[in-house]
Amino acid sequence: MSDWKKICLVADIPALGSRRVARARGMDVAVFRNSEDKIFALLDRCPHKGGPLSQGIVHGESVACPLHNWNIQLGDGCARAPDEGCTPKFSVMVSEGAVHLSASELASHALDLAKPLAGPALKATAA
Amino acid sequence: MDMRVKKQRLVMVGNGMAGVRTIEELIKVAPDLYDITVFGAEPHPNYNRILLSPVLAGEQTLDEIVLNSWDWYKENHITLHAGKKVVEADRVRRVVRAVDAEGGITEVEYDRLLICTGSNPFILPVPGKDLKGVIAYRDIADTNEMIATAQKYKRAVVIGGGLLGLEAANGLVLRGMDVTVVHVMPTLMERQLDAVAGGLLQKSLEERGLKFLMGAQTSELVGGGEEGRVSAIRFKDGTERATDLVVMAVGIRPNTELAEKMRLHCNRGIVVTDTMQTVTDARIYSVGECAAHRGIAYGLVAPLFEQAKVAANHLAQFGIGLYSGSLTSTKLKVTGIDLFSAGNFSGGEGTEEIVMSDPFGGVYKKLVIKDDKLVGACMYGDTVDGSWYFKLLRDGRSIADIRDKLMFGESNIGDVGHEGHSKAATMPDDAEVCGCNGVNKGTICKAIKDKGLFTLDEVRKHTKASASCGSCTGLVEQILMFTAGGDYSATPKLKAMCGCTEHGHQAVRDAIRSSKLISIADVFRFMDWKTPNGCASCRPAVNYYLISTWPKQAKDDPQSRFINERSHANIQKDGTYSVIPRMWGGETTADELRRIADAVDKYKIPTVKVTGGQRIDLLGVKKEDLQNVWKDIGMPSGHAYAKALRTVKTCVGSEWCRMGTQDSTQMGKDLERAMWRMYAPHKVKFAVSGCPRNCAEAGIKDVGIIGVDSGWEMYVAGNGGIKTEVAHFFTKLKTAAEVLEYTGAFCELYRQEGWYLERTVHYVSRVGLDYVKKRILDDHEGRKALWEQLQFALDGEPDPWFELDKAAVDKRQFEAIVA
Repeated sequence: MSDWKKICLVADIPALGSRRVARARGMDVAVFRNSEDKIFALLDRCPHKGGPLSQGIVHGESVACPLHNWNIQLGDGCARAPDEGCTPKFSVMVSEGAVHLSASELASHALDLAKPLAGPALKATAA
Repeated sequence: MDMRVKKQRLVMVGNGMAGVRTIEELIKVAPDLYDITVFGAEPHPNYNRILLSPVLAGEQTLDEIVLNSWDWYKENHITLHAGKKVVEADRVRRVVRAVDAEGGITEVEYDRLLICTGSNPFILPVPGKDLKGVIAYRDIADTNEMIATAQKYKRAVVIGGGLLGLEAANGLVLRGMDVTVVHVMPTLMERQLDAVAGGLLQKSLEERGLKFLMGAQTSELVGGGEEGRVSAIRFKDGTERATDLVVMAVGIRPNTELAEKMRLHCNRGIVVTDTMQTVTDARIYSVGECAAHRGIAYGLVAPLFEQAKVAANHLAQFGIGLYSGSLTSTKLKVTGIDLFSAGNFSGGEGTEEIVMSDPFGGVYKKLVIKDDKLVGACMYGDTVDGSWYFKLLRDGRSIADIRDKLMFGESNIGDVGHEGHSKAATMPDDAEVCGCNGVNKGTICKAIKDKGLFTLDEVRKHTKASASCGSCTGLVEQILMFTAGGDYSATPKLKAMCGCTEHGHQAVRDAIRSSKLISIADVFRFMDWKTPNGCASCRPAVNYYLISTWPKQAKDDPQSRFINERSHANIQKDGTYSVIPRMWGGETTADELRRIADAVDKYKIPTVKVTGGQRIDLLGVKKEDLQNVWKDIGMPSGHAYAKALRTVKTCVGSEWCRMGTQDSTQMGKDLERAMWRMYAPHKVKFAVSGCPRNCAEAGIKDVGIIGVDSGWEMYVAGNGGIKTEVAHFFTKLKTAAEVLEYTGAFCELYRQEGWYLERTVHYVSRVGLDYVKKRILDDHEGRKALWEQLQFALDGEPDPWFELDKAAVDKRQFEAIVA
């Protein structure tokens, strides 16, 4: 399938860490690498309060959201019980040490979700 | 290659709370290891035996107290034989044999056997004990019989003035019976209450219509009622009292009938090891009221649940969980009567007592203290602080510093946030309990009831209450206590760091030092971590322990730090960051202010705010701008994002102030330059005031320095956060050099011994101020050594805003990959 788009090398993502991938439209996608070099991709948005999951601590096959420490499973994007909620996940393909995401998914998936607001921008929407 | 082997067979005898909890814990960690078969003598699924009293009292129904429905067994592929009593087990052939009511026989083979036969009520060996209308109070059948009897008959006698007897008597009174409690001792609940509290309890139960015969020894139960029922109870002194029902609640005995038949060693229970295996046969485990661990058979939920966890981990073949015994507390479940006791409340040699007694108001409190630690508590009437006292008791924390206020409870020692409405029982359902996460009482009660929660940890997970700042923990424990009934809290003597390990913080710190572990992987391997790379709670802690124990040797791991310490800025709710540059001693210049103003314009930073620590906060900086903002401003990192030295707040001091006696600004700058970049278990704040008017508010800082005419006064372990704590006066010093040395030594001691996320106030109260004084004030060599160790650790440490490579800052994080 020619839909796969090369994003970066596995080595470009820190082990037990992540990188943000900016798209033409929609929120960033967070690409994670765990200690066994498995790669996962989720929308960079916690299902709880929209925290950037790319900034969390990766452990096992989960990431702890930096805002309120919800643990989100990297495999399916869902919060670990007893928390509830899921964030959209993206397909990943790794070949010859390179990480690929689906171009059509990047262009169309989860475009409706927006970043959380803070500061004057938040006040402006409340007014 | 298919290595699938036949599943092992686990058979559990006894379908009660402790046993089923073991199964629950087991299938959580090893869902596919065993084929599980459960035998229960009662024809019911597992129910909450503690709540039989509210059922008897008509406050709850039997359906409401079922913990695991029939479906639960099905969904988890557990074969349940309810109503079948195991009568024999052959340890050689490894087979158990059960009979049902019709005499039908079931035989099942086992690889592992779990005996949870609980306990039997003790029946007084008096004539007439087998008459109709003479029952014990132990299970659903007994409860139903009492309810049925109350509909038909009038008079009841309860033998036994302990917890169970009083709950039974109270229930029968509420069901309309005329109840007399017969007790052989002079006061009620003598094992849980002292004589004064027992007397208060009796008085208030009498007001509810209960009658008492104290010091009465039963000699016989007289028959002759209708259908051969009991008609009276006769005492040793020859007197009699007519009755239609006798409930024996004189105690319970571990049910070891089956175990003894199997020739397992029993001594007041089935004797088990710290892994809950029987000493006789390692294939056989026992938990619950039937098990005797180090000579004690526990009868309360929390210890049994701890046992269940240990047994489950061992059955799951997970290493080394050990049960080392529990402290227990008691609460009577009679609505409207508050009493609480825990530990050694009767005192004795070497103990001191603090007593508050108001018999007219119906309030009595006794605290027993030994060696500056709380060892026992007994309270009647006002038990709001029961859970707090129990926590002090469990933690073994020194109470020397709060002794004078101890009696007045937790709300009197400076907790903010729920002052004035800390009585959980009287709170309305919509009252907020957890201010951090906006959780009200109703939500917590509902979660406890619906999800069958028993421990603080479970409530935290499900509701988030008390999961953030923790200041409402006492309140949540109280709610648990009266909602879940009885004994509520998991009470491990040693609290594990997190779910990834059995070890506590101190054990991890000790191992890192004594076995010279220098990487996280070393620690996880050496201490048998249960998860491959820890979690967001233990990894930052272990990383800190390594770098603080082995400076210059252990390598800092940025991926084991929270995002703030990885990006050297504070993450905000919208994913942007805030930048707080360091302003030495809170002083700045026109040049610095101009650079800050220019950066605000250039990077369109939406908010600029002056902080509480005399610095300037730039809020809403995009992550990709962080490096440039740091560069443009050109001021050092303020570490406002780190568990490290934050601000050093100062007043103007003698340079300008007409009142000032010392140059506090210079002292503050010197302290800050000497100790910035200092990572610690938690954030560290200093303040320096130039005179006792103390405009820098040095009394609520980790280290506060106050100038006086003859030198400086040093205060430690203050806190202006969740729990406002006034700092302790530590010592008086003459010179600025001494201030540096003593402050540095104190900080280094805290760095080396504090537990991760423990502020100085908590560290000092854990180890005791006297200990800290010994190490810093009395031991001159030791103090100098500590100060040198700190200087060694800080020497050449990079400023992460400017020496990114040296500080191991991963620069890739700042830019996004463009797809």
